[in-house]
Amino acid sequence: MHRYLPHTPDDIEQMLSRCGMKSLDELYADVPEEFRSKCPHSDARPASDPEIRRVFDELGARNRRLTCFAGGGYYDHFTPAVIPSLLQRSEFLTAYTPYQPEISQGTLQYIFEYQSMMASLTGMEVSNASMYDGTTATAEAMLMAVAASRKRNRVLISQTVNPAVRRVVATYAHYHGVQLDEIPEENGVTSRAALDRMLADGDVAGVIVATPNYYGILEDYTGWADACHAAKALLIMNCVAADLAAIRTPGEWGADIAVGDAQSLGMPLHYGGPYLGFLCASKALIRKMPGRIVGATTDADGRRVFVLTLQAREQHIRRDKATSNICSNQGLMALHTVIYLSLLGSVGLREAADQGAAGAHYLASQLEATGAVRLTYPEQPFLNEFAVTCSFPVDRLMTLAIENEIFCGIRLDDHRLLIAVTEQRTRQEMDRLVELVKTAAAE
Amino acid sequence: MNREYYGKLIFELSRQGRRGAIVPDNGCPSAPKLPDHLVRAEAPELPEVDEPTVVRHYTNMSNNNFGVDTGFYPLGSCTMKYNPKINEEMAQHHAFSGLHPAQPAGTVQGALELYVRLSEELCRVCGMAEFTLNPFAGAHGELTGLMVIRAYHESRGDTKRNKVIVPDSAHGTNPASAAVAGMKVVEVKSLPDGTVDIEALRPLLDDTVAAMMMTNPNTAGIFEHSVKEIAAMVHDCGGLMYYDGANLNPMLGVARPGDMGFDVMHVNLHKTFSTPHGGGGPGAGPVGVRKGLEQFLPSPRVMRDADGNYTIECPEEALGSISATLGNYAVLMRAYSYLLSLGGEGLRLAGPLASLNANYVKESLKHLYKLPLHGVCKHEFVFDGLADKSTGVTTLNVAKRLLDYGFHAPTIYFPLLFHESLMIEPTETESKETLDRFIEVMEMIAHEAAETPDLVKGAPVNTPISRPDDTAAALNPVVTFADLKAACND
Amino acid sequence: MSKTYFSRTHEYVTVDGNIGYIGITDFAQNALGNVVYVDMPEEGDDVAAGEEFGAVESVKAASELISPVSGAVVESNEHLIDNPRLINQDAMANWIIKVELSDPSELDALMDEAAYKEFCATEGAH
Repeated sequence: MHRYLPHTPDDIEQMLSRCGMKSLDELYADVPEEFRSKCPHSDARPASDPEIRRVFDELGARNRRLTCFAGGGYYDHFTPAVIPSLLQRSEFLTAYTPYQPEISQGTLQYIFEYQSMMASLTGMEVSNASMYDGTTATAEAMLMAVAASRKRNRVLISQTVNPAVRRVVATYAHYHGVQLDEIPEENGVTSRAALDRMLADGDVAGVIVATPNYYGILEDYTGWADACHAAKALLIMNCVAADLAAIRTPGEWGADIAVGDAQSLGMPLHYGGPYLGFLCASKALIRKMPGRIVGATTDADGRRVFVLTLQAREQHIRRDKATSNICSNQGLMALHTVIYLSLLGSVGLREAADQGAAGAHYLASQLEATGAVRLTYPEQPFLNEFAVTCSFPVDRLMTLAIENEIFCGIRLDDHRLLIAVTEQRTRQEMDRLVELVKTAAAE
Repeated sequence: MNREYYGKLIFELSRQGRRGAIVPDNGCPSAPKLPDHLVRAEAPELPEVDEPTVVRHYTNMSNNNFGVDTGFYPLGSCTMKYNPKINEEMAQHHAFSGLHPAQPAGTVQGALELYVRLSEELCRVCGMAEFTLNPFAGAHGELTGLMVIRAYHESRGDTKRNKVIVPDSAHGTNPASAAVAGMKVVEVKSLPDGTVDIEALRPLLDDTVAAMMMTNPNTAGIFEHSVKEIAAMVHDCGGLMYYDGANLNPMLGVARPGDMGFDVMHVNLHKTFSTPHGGGGPGAGPVGVRKGLEQFLPSPRVMRDADGNYTIECPEEALGSISATLGNYAVLMRAYSYLLSLGGEGLRLAGPLASLNANYVKESLKHLYKLPLHGVCKHEFVFDGLADKSTGVTTLNVAKRLLDYGFHAPTIYFPLLFHESLMIEPTETESKETLDRFIEVMEMIAHEAAETPDLVKGAPVNTPISRPDDTAAALNPVVTFADLKAACND
Repeated sequence: MSKTYFSRTHEYVTVDGNIGYIGITDFAQNALGNVVYVDMPEEGDDVAAGEEFGAVESVKAASELISPVSGAVVESNEHLIDNPRLINQDAMANWIIKVELSDPSELDALMDEAAYKEFCATEGAH
């Protein structure tokens, strides 16, 4: 018998007999034979652990682990060893959604801690239990703005928001029937004049901007929240979670909804996931939020306990009137987030951000010193990610760097490159990249 | 364990000056100071704790949880099967964990091949032409699938099709996904035997139908024997058939949605393909389509060029993007590991043994619990509460009493077909001994309901906490530590 | 002199002149259980007969509010924001919105108290 299947032939016979049957086939007597005959049967032998390891080793050998100077929303931060160890605890890993609070306090409590930490990190009042990732969280924030406005159906999004986020938001907008208009970019930042013009056209439910923006620039959003609110639109800010240790928060800018990806909180890159989308908001919007929310209450014996709350918003109760269709979210990655934030604390988080910023500014100055590269937006402040314009084709550097086990950044176009530095990059690695730039420029 | 001692929030363990991680130092000079108006004014309120405190806190917290590794989860429509350990080991494989999602395709050929192999396996198992593995969860898969359907109709200039038909027994995500996709939901009634009422369906079929969503077997665990006829009717009016893969498990190796007439479907890797549920994710909801619909699948897509190399493409006809990346990649790795370990034998037996387990429990308990739908079920079935309604003991009470005996509760008050639904799905990885013990406990609860109903109504009594006050939680939401402190000061 | 009319979706409208007070019936609040939240339109919003204008939520259920009449909202009941359970205490006294009727003839399609009682009796039998 197969290793995951405990049934002995004897068990099967006894169980069938309880059901008045003689063979397993009888369980499917109501399934038309024409379907059954089409189902192919594989004769692949169940693989043993060593055989499975070999398959993954062979596939893995065809990947190249590169020293990462790429960001674009996903960053190579370090993962403390404590996290994978605790995440593998079966009681967390193999639990279902905490619908039975009496035996799910572990999950419910870490979600409550997660909500508390994310609300504080973003400077907002409330957080939900998580979304899939930063792109879908932003799309859900758009739908939330439209729903909260009741009648308005137009949302504005800045062209400085990560294009991957804009693509997903545009897809949701197209199918849901939201009119999504882009606020033009001027010299790396969102045009305020264009915003005012577009708000004046009316019918705007929400405005989506980013901090830092796609180019790593910290835009000045002074007065934006007031302008949005005067036009009865919500201000939605997409942000890089880790950077909020240092930079002005959505709450401080007066935003109504803060969204983004929490991958930057030490989540392994894992070729795209799992990560975690966060969605935080002002308390007035809590009943318009998508997804699960955990609340504190007391049990029959008066103890402080945690439960899923405000469930009447959700799909399993509200069906087509729900605030979202989201059901499973990224539960275990919320645990990753709370453990990461607990270990680093506000001091460690700030140190990691400062290390990245120090490295990025060092690298930027070294690159400029080559004379072959200049900062694309030299006037704009940045933290740990910046765009450069190269005097040579970016592809040339990209190829050369990969030959030297370096992923030098995200290609913006033929001559522009987006470079990110985290606390994991050493000065030696940065100097190596500078040498490669010199070589590429000389070719 | 001593809950009073370990029952604190991490914030309540914080002492100024403690830290739990050291940040590497790259030796670069500090960056120039940012202008004041771009800097956060106050540090976020995060705990200050040392590493051992963090480890002990979360380890003790895990003890307040129930998981598949701790006990039996008869949770209907959730397929809580054993999550193999080799999958976990493979998901952490060092040759994959450090890959940046924007790395050029040439540097991630192994990762792309795994993606393609898994989607090809899913195609074989489900009878589809192609799968995207990008959707992050089942509901995200439904949304993606419905977008595929809309993109298909739009490509034909058939723009008035915005109606989605769902059975009244459908999972809540079906109508919710349709609404997010901008479509109108129309419910079709079920017959007394739990299957779709074809006569009720007929008048709903017109030239505004975009799709019909079904799960088969349905949420009552009954195989929709008329599925072929239903598919023909929907196709005749120009609509497409969507298969909600939440209940795919019993059909593994038996019959394929593609052969039943479905055009688009999703699977839940965290159900049928054994990736852990993680207390509510991360999951994965790959979407499969029949031949002729591949071009509408979302970007990015993995393709193969003439030299056999994998490339990442964003085709024109695609519905758009529903993710930036190729999905919850480490979850895909687990599912691929599972399929390797299952082999032909495991795949062929998983479905039938899941159905055997369900029928065994059903037949063993139907004299004490009300069985509204008779006959053979597949992987799950529904009781309409206790057979003896005179005790006043409800489905909720039975569910809570099960917790006292060390089992997770079944899915309750779903499907909406019955007032006291108690939906049980024992997966194929549960042994006869476990099921016998469960049956014995369910019998005991039925007897308790008759003899000491107040005991059952007061359950649970043996769990880490007693019944929480849900009403207070919803009336005055306390959702952060800051709220909690404010509430204490009131 | 006011008169109360009832809809098949269990809302009532008590009409006084051209003003209607709309709420949910005692039958509806009883079916719903403890009300924890009422989602209401704002003053100045329009409601239309047969269309949704908000929702009443309990812990494990929610019920969309369907307006029995058309008109402009002149007031929403702010007491329900802090104390939604007023609806459980006295559903008929605690109206949800106050509307200026735009088409009083719509009232003809609604039930009077006796007809509604009979309607509930048959509903309850299901």
